[in-house]
Amino acid sequence: MTATAFSPDSGALALLQQATAFIWAEADMLDHNEFQAWLDLWEPDGLYIVPIDPKETDHENTLNYAYDDHHMREKRVRRLGSGESISTTPQARTVRSVSRVRVVGEADGVLTVRAAQDLKEFRKDVLRQHIADVTYELRRGEGGGLRLRRKVIRLINSTDTLTSIGYIL
Amino acid sequence: MNASVHPVHFRRPIADLVQSDRVHTSLYTDAALFEEEMDKIFRNTWIWVAHASEIPDAGSYKTHWVGKEPVIVVRDRKKQVHVLLNRCRHRGATVCEHKKGKANTFVCPYHGWSYALDGSLRGVPHPESYGECLDKGELPLVSLRVEEYAGMIFATLKDDIEPLADFLGPAKKWMDLFMKQGGGYAIKVPGEHRFRFPGNWKIQLENTTDAYHFPLVHKSFLHSVDKQTEEMLDFVGGSGYVEDLGNGHSVMVMIPDLIDLEDELDKPIPDRFVELAQQLRAEGHDDASVRRIVRAVGGSGFNLNLFPNVACSMAFFRVLQPISVNETEIHHAVITMEGGPAAGNQARLRLHEHFQGPMGFGTPDDSEAWERVQAGAQAGRDLWILLNRGLPGEKKTADGVAGDVSAETGMRAAYQQWKKLMLA
Repeated sequence: MTATAFSPDSGALALLQQATAFIWAEADMLDHNEFQAWLDLWEPDGLYIVPIDPKETDHENTLNYAYDDHHMREKRVRRLGSGESISTTPQARTVRSVSRVRVVGEADGVLTVRAAQDLKEFRKDVLRQHIADVTYELRRGEGGGLRLRRKVIRLINSTDTLTSIGYIL
Repeated sequence: MNASVHPVHFRRPIADLVQSDRVHTSLYTDAALFEEEMDKIFRNTWIWVAHASEIPDAGSYKTHWVGKEPVIVVRDRKKQVHVLLNRCRHRGATVCEHKKGKANTFVCPYHGWSYALDGSLRGVPHPESYGECLDKGELPLVSLRVEEYAGMIFATLKDDIEPLADFLGPAKKWMDLFMKQGGGYAIKVPGEHRFRFPGNWKIQLENTTDAYHFPLVHKSFLHSVDKQTEEMLDFVGGSGYVEDLGNGHSVMVMIPDLIDLEDELDKPIPDRFVELAQQLRAEGHDDASVRRIVRAVGGSGFNLNLFPNVACSMAFFRVLQPISVNETEIHHAVITMEGGPAAGNQARLRLHEHFQGPMGFGTPDDSEAWERVQAGAQAGRDLWILLNRGLPGEKKTADGVAGDVSAETGMRAAYQQWKKLMLA
């Protein structure tokens, strides 16, 4: 039995680097309240999904924590900065690191990328952590640039009780 | 910094802690009182444990708690529901660790004692060492009394309690009205949000019958819906009411037009459901069905609080689970139409996600307010929680007494029942 050695070619490495750069930019925008830039990353029909059951695949027909189309994404951003919601005033500070990036699929111009997100939030003297396995679908446009088509955030404790999360994961 | 428990410096007798228009802060902060509640209330009344749709088939089960005691809620082969203490009769291990599933038996992982779905002890490995001193018939999983109404399954540890139907009393007709949000289909609970807040369970019990907070705490939610919906939800000062139904139960009617979802079906379809209605018509549903389904998706216009641990709250079930004197777990169970049109159920799921749960636009703000109540309750040594709102305007009704929609009538009702059980 011969095992196949792991040897990505330069094309695969470049792709990985491009996907990672996108993911890091998205993460940095969210930690620095660059919400318009974040909203602009999305395809209009894109979906931001935070499932309850990590094994679920039919998110449209099951209950999630979030299943945001572009209207809901905009509303979520607006609520975060509105000062009208006591749970987001003061706003939590977040610092997230995204790592363990892997391109798991490429078909019809859509890249599927998986990564691990370790997010810390600090609000009203309480430090909390949210770990998630995140799957991104990125579509390559005509100019070669990438846009976000789907982001599915599977929190490691999604089936347990959570605390309030008013910011964008 | 967590909310800490602080000792009550003035010990008042329980009878003094609940008065007609206020309750003592120690109800939120006294750990000894909490332990007494777990006994005097949670072991002595009907406790909601499941909706029938959560255990649909023979062998279906879910795990839950009665007070702090873990139980299994299971449907046996004859489709009868049992509620069993989740504790092996040998040396006490839990026999079931999953939140829900399907089983033919419950086998303890420690020594392999095996129980049937009705809790009876079927077999023990290597019984020879027990000789004649083990009577399997005397060692089933301890069973609670179980009764059901309108698909809501309740259990009790109090053997001589009145039947569920009597305990619910006038609340029954409100449960029937609430279940009309099946829209002609059976009600199904396909999932729930679960979260915890650092506060006493009775803070949430009050909140379900609190209209007064809605315009302020839920401002960000109200600003995220269309104008018509926002106006519909502007119910404080309106024609709604809160009614004490006895035994600690209460109903808060916020939108009287939506008490009976089958009433005046030919009224115009709300703006937010126009697209859904078009889609349903395109799928071949006749006009009456479309209207019924749209009404179902929108939910009922009232919150029905069933003392002590469950509420039928507009468009979902809210379940209270006390963890400690200053920590509570809440479940928001979503309600869909069993076999109903996918578009309708999707709309319902999206509505639930919009308001409820840890990432909703409503729940986190409620939770923040409750957290602040528990934090503020640490201040002072002998202060009271006011429950006098709406008292002057209360009127007698056929079922009890009622106040205006923002009256604290429901809270007063709950605390009178609390007092009755605590003093029994």
